[in-house]
Amino acid sequence: MKFTKIAAASVTALMVATPVLADLVFPSLSYRTGPYAAGGIPYADGFADYFTLLNERDGGIGGVAIQVPECETAYNTEKGVECYESTKGQGALVYNPLSTGITYQLIPKVTADNIPLYTPGYGRTSAANGKVFSNVFNFPANYWNAASLAVNHLLEINGGDIKGKKIALVYHNSAYGKEPIRTLEGLAEKHGFELLAIPVDHPGQEQKAQWLQIRREKPDNVLMWGWGVMNQVAIQEAANIRFPMENFIGVWWSGGDHDVTPAGDKSNGYKAVTFHGVGDDYPVFGDIQKYVVDSGKAAGAGDNIGKAIYNRGVYAAMLLAEAAKTAQEIHGTADITAAQMRDGMEALEITEERMVELGMGGFGPSFTVSCENHGGPGTGAIQQWDAAAGSWKLISDFGGSDMDVIQPLIDADSAAYASENNITERCN
Amino acid sequence: MFYREAGDFKTSYKDDNQTFPIRLDRMGYYIVMFVAFCVVPFFVNDYWVNSVFAPFLIYAIAALGLNILTGYAGQVSLGTGGFMAVGAYAVYKLMVAFPDVSIVIHVLLAGGITAVVGVLFGLPSLRIKGFYLAVATLAAQFFLVWVFNKVPWFYNYSASGQINAPERSVFGVIVTGPNTEAWAKYMICLVFVVVLAWVARNLTRGMMGRKWMGIRDMDIAAEIIGVNPLMAKLTAFAVSSFFVGVAGALFFAVYLGAAEAGESFGIAKSFLILFMIIIGGLGSIFGSFAGAAFMVLLPVLLKNVLVGGLGWPTDLAAHLEFMVVGGLIVIFLILEPHGLAQLWRLTKEKLRLWPFPH
Repeated sequence: MKFTKIAAASVTALMVATPVLADLVFPSLSYRTGPYAAGGIPYADGFADYFTLLNERDGGIGGVAIQVPECETAYNTEKGVECYESTKGQGALVYNPLSTGITYQLIPKVTADNIPLYTPGYGRTSAANGKVFSNVFNFPANYWNAASLAVNHLLEINGGDIKGKKIALVYHNSAYGKEPIRTLEGLAEKHGFELLAIPVDHPGQEQKAQWLQIRREKPDNVLMWGWGVMNQVAIQEAANIRFPMENFIGVWWSGGDHDVTPAGDKSNGYKAVTFHGVGDDYPVFGDIQKYVVDSGKAAGAGDNIGKAIYNRGVYAAMLLAEAAKTAQEIHGTADITAAQMRDGMEALEITEERMVELGMGGFGPSFTVSCENHGGPGTGAIQQWDAAAGSWKLISDFGGSDMDVIQPLIDADSAAYASENNITERCN
Repeated sequence: MFYREAGDFKTSYKDDNQTFPIRLDRMGYYIVMFVAFCVVPFFVNDYWVNSVFAPFLIYAIAALGLNILTGYAGQVSLGTGGFMAVGAYAVYKLMVAFPDVSIVIHVLLAGGITAVVGVLFGLPSLRIKGFYLAVATLAAQFFLVWVFNKVPWFYNYSASGQINAPERSVFGVIVTGPNTEAWAKYMICLVFVVVLAWVARNLTRGMMGRKWMGIRDMDIAAEIIGVNPLMAKLTAFAVSSFFVGVAGALFFAVYLGAAEAGESFGIAKSFLILFMIIIGGLGSIFGSFAGAAFMVLLPVLLKNVLVGGLGWPTDLAAHLEFMVVGGLIVIFLILEPHGLAQLWRLTKEKLRLWPFPH
């Protein structure tokens, strides 16, 4: 009797993936638990808060309310797949899983289901080639842009010559961390520096051996592709071996406020690449404070506004909202489907005027997405941590990356994917 | 009253020795088989297959494998994740190298390759026992994952170190890749599970299983009555690794479609499968299924109840899930150290006497 009751309850509970239609659904595959929660929480908060702002201030997008159902993945690919399957039936318009591993799982699945996948600044870099990856978008910048931007910065501060320098790459030993190696090898050949790749295994709490190796090899610069708890540990370890912070450059995922604060003053001068603005000095954040946080509708505690990763969540949500709006205009319907959303993303055009209108003037680049190019302009800047002020400062202008090196790599990698999966090129 | 041996007359030794000697058990078994093969495939959708059935069935194979080694032969192993990785990478290399050969053959070959690797890592078991063997297999876990990260040949030199399963079919039905129908994915897993569980059940009932159990219960005594410990231990490692390798191959090719060694086959996987057989019941075929079901379904169920049903925040639900699953493991170990299989056994004993227990 008791057992049958439990069994019946389990079956009903397993079936409660109730589809709610007639809303624009942007599922948030977030992670608020586990070793990567430090980055996952502000991103998910920013992503949700921007959509809440649109609901509260503008009544949604084109008059249709927005829903952001959350699903906890813990940065784990199996849970990510479960989340994808459980939210797919709710009319999901686009997925933004914030995990390169989950992205690799989802690329074939979303293509089969014709749902777009948006991976700004992460995921499979060669997805920038829209001719092969019809449903994957990674504008405005990707890992290989980041690698090139970091090297460009080193060129700039070294007067254009880094021949014979030794550059170490401390990376998360996963698909994410391995992504930039190929580009850095290409750049090493071009500029004549020596690349030293040092892997750190998941979750990255123990890095004594890696930093001992760095102390022994004495590289001129260290680049880092880290995420979650690995970032904080690496910066602390770098401080412990007295590695000069200004020679230490992280990718944008290693450039969160929570990454540098644990090391206190010792992290002063640490640099990171970024593809959007820093700080909370943009009108949109005032609106978020007013409409979302002050009215108690914030996704988190509301204390992350203006922090680097939170801003990135807001930026991603903004670009998706603009794409949804574009899709509504193209198809003449407010209630768009995932396939129409894909068309909207492919036709997205971001101008500086529009950014000013949105209260984010100068926050990110102006660009257009096309059928061939899903990767955007690939521009970025370098931010530096000021421990005394407790904030990031941009120390360079938004510049382009070395597409002479990156484009052939994108073409080669996407061609390999196309031949493995029998994909014929589109956009002809 | 209904569940009893009385009245079920056996007229041959074959009948007497069958797996399910009680009529009601047999009926239950046939009904489960009928539902699994003839009913479920018509009702499954993507969500059910990808969140419930595929992981449950595949983990059941892995749990069967580990149960043969740890439950029946008494050799503790913490290398299950590593052996699953061997199966996954083997099937990947085979699928890419020989696209015209059937995926079923590839999965079986991947199991065979894993068996060879398992025997290699099983060699130390001839000299060391218990905790020390656990540490040796732990070394296998870390070594294998390290190899698959370090040697680019295993992942065909892809930029990210990820392996992706290309599309393959069985009898013209696609079973791997993104275009797989839900029922096809379910059926391929189910066929493997049923065949392997049948093999496992009969192996453990036969001479080989008795040798394993002899070694488990007292290796010196077993040796004195004529069991060759070398052969018994190595066959246990081989058969167990074969099962685990098949599970790893299906896990990568059918269930996930893409994998990387460190994330999908890390130490966490080894512990997960060890928990499955401890909770399910060591030395029991049914226990492997019960444990796999418990560890796969409970988190999904809790998540759907707490987040989907009650609307709790996802992080709170995820933390509570850890506590509930952890708490249940502890409760089980205290109240029923022999696992869910023992509970099932006790229920059956009581049913035989019901309704007149005295």
